[in-house]
Amino acid sequence: MANQEVKLLSLWVSRFGRRVEWALKLKGVDYEYIEEDIFNKSSLLLELNPVTQKVPVLVHDGKVILESLIILEYIDETWKQNPLLPQDPYERAQARFWAKFAEEKVMDVAWTAFCSLGEEKEKAEKLAIEAVEKIEEVIKGKKFFGGESIGYLDIALGWIAHWLPIWEEVASVHIVDPIKFPATTAWVKNFLNHGVIKDNLPERERMLVYFHQYRKTLSSIPHP
Amino acid sequence: MRPWIALNIKSVNYEFLEETFGSKSQLLLQSNPVHKKIPVLIHVDKPIPESLIIVQYIDELWSSSPSILASDPYDHAIERFWAAYTDEKWFPALRGLRVAQEDEERKALKGPVIEGIVLLEEAFGKCSKGKAFFGGDQIGLIDIAFGCCLGWLKVTEKLSRVKLLDEEKTPGLVKWAERFCADGAVKGVMPETEKLVEFSKVLLAKLSGAPTKK
Repeated sequence: MANQEVKLLSLWVSRFGRRVEWALKLKGVDYEYIEEDIFNKSSLLLELNPVTQKVPVLVHDGKVILESLIILEYIDETWKQNPLLPQDPYERAQARFWAKFAEEKVMDVAWTAFCSLGEEKEKAEKLAIEAVEKIEEVIKGKKFFGGESIGYLDIALGWIAHWLPIWEEVASVHIVDPIKFPATTAWVKNFLNHGVIKDNLPERERMLVYFHQYRKTLSSIPHP
Repeated sequence: MRPWIALNIKSVNYEFLEETFGSKSQLLLQSNPVHKKIPVLIHVDKPIPESLIIVQYIDELWSSSPSILASDPYDHAIERFWAAYTDEKWFPALRGLRVAQEDEERKALKGPVIEGIVLLEEAFGKCSKGKAFFGGDQIGLIDIAFGCCLGWLKVTEKLSRVKLLDEEKTPGLVKWAERFCADGAVKGVMPETEKLVEFSKVLLAKLSGAPTKK
C-alpha cells in the first residue's frame, strides 16, 4: 500500500490534465488515474471541486489541489527530484510570466479562433500569431524553455505541440507557421520526442474526431 | 499596490515611480514591452511585470521573515488558487458591475460578485483558522490579492449602490478588511475611496467617450 496516495481526476483529451501527468511522470511519482466524463459530472468531481467543477483535480493524501498550473507548482514543491521551475527567483518569475501570457494570449485566443467563423476567426488568428512571435523570441537558441531539460514552461506550453495542430486542422486556422516560427517549430519536435511526453499524448485520430464533433455542436457554426 | 505592500512587509527600500494615467513613459515601455502595463518591479535592472508574480518574486528573493507565502506546499496551492480566483474571476466581475450603467444590467451582474464574496468569506474561515488574516497571524498572498481590491470594492458599493461586505452575511471579511487597511504595511498605500470614486468617473467617461462634466 503506497504511503502517499496520489489520484488524478481528468479527461483523456484535456490539455490541462496532461500537464499534471507529464509532471508526475517526470518526477517518477505513482498515481491513480480516474477518467471523468465532464459532460456527465460524477459526484466525486462535484464533491472535490464544487467551486469550478472542472478537471484536472489532484488529490494527494486526501488534500485537493485545483488548476493545472497551480498543481504543477504543488508537485514541484512536494517532490523535489527533477525540479520543474528554475532555482533563481528571477528565472522563476519569468517562467510564471510566460506561462500566464501563453494561457491568455495564445491559448484563449487560439481557442476563440477555433470556435468562430469569418471576421472573428481571422481577428483571433492574427492576435494568436502576434503572441506566438513573442514566444518565438523566448525559445530562440534553446532546446527547451527549461534549457537542456523539460521544465515548467515546456509543460505549460505543451498543448501548442499537440493540441494546437489539431485545432488548426479542424478549424482551418494557421497560427504556427514553420517558416515564420522556426524556433517554436523545432521546440515542438523536441518536446514531442521526449521520452515521457511521447508516451503520454492522447491519440491524434481520436482527438480529430472529438474536436470535429465539438466544433459541429457550436451554435455559431452552421451545419452542412 | 500589491508589490508595494509586499516590499513594505519585507522592509525593503525602494524607489516608487509614478506613471501618469493616459500616457506611458519610456521606462515602462522598455520594462514591460509585452503588456505595457503597471506594476513593474525593476530589481537591479531586471524588470518583472504582473503583480502576483512580483509578490512571489519578492517573497522568494527576500526570504527572511516575515514570509508572505505559506511554506507548506498545500497551503501554498490554496493561496495561489484564491489569489488567482480573485484576479481572474472575481475582480473582472466587480469591474463589470461598477461600469454598468443600467439598473437591469446591475441586477444581473450583482449575483456573481456577491457569490464570489461568499466563497471568499468561506475561504477566509478555512485559511485564517480563527486568526487575523488569510495568511494567519501575518498578511499572506490572499490578503494582498483580495485586500488590494478593497478600494475598488468600496467604489463599486458607492457607484452601483450595492452592499458587498455585510456584517450579517460576511462578518469575517468585514473585520478582516478593517484589520488589513489598518496594518502598517498597507496604511499609506491604499488610496482614499473618494479619490478612487473620482478616478472611476474619469475612466467611465473615457470609456463611454462622454465629456467628464455635464
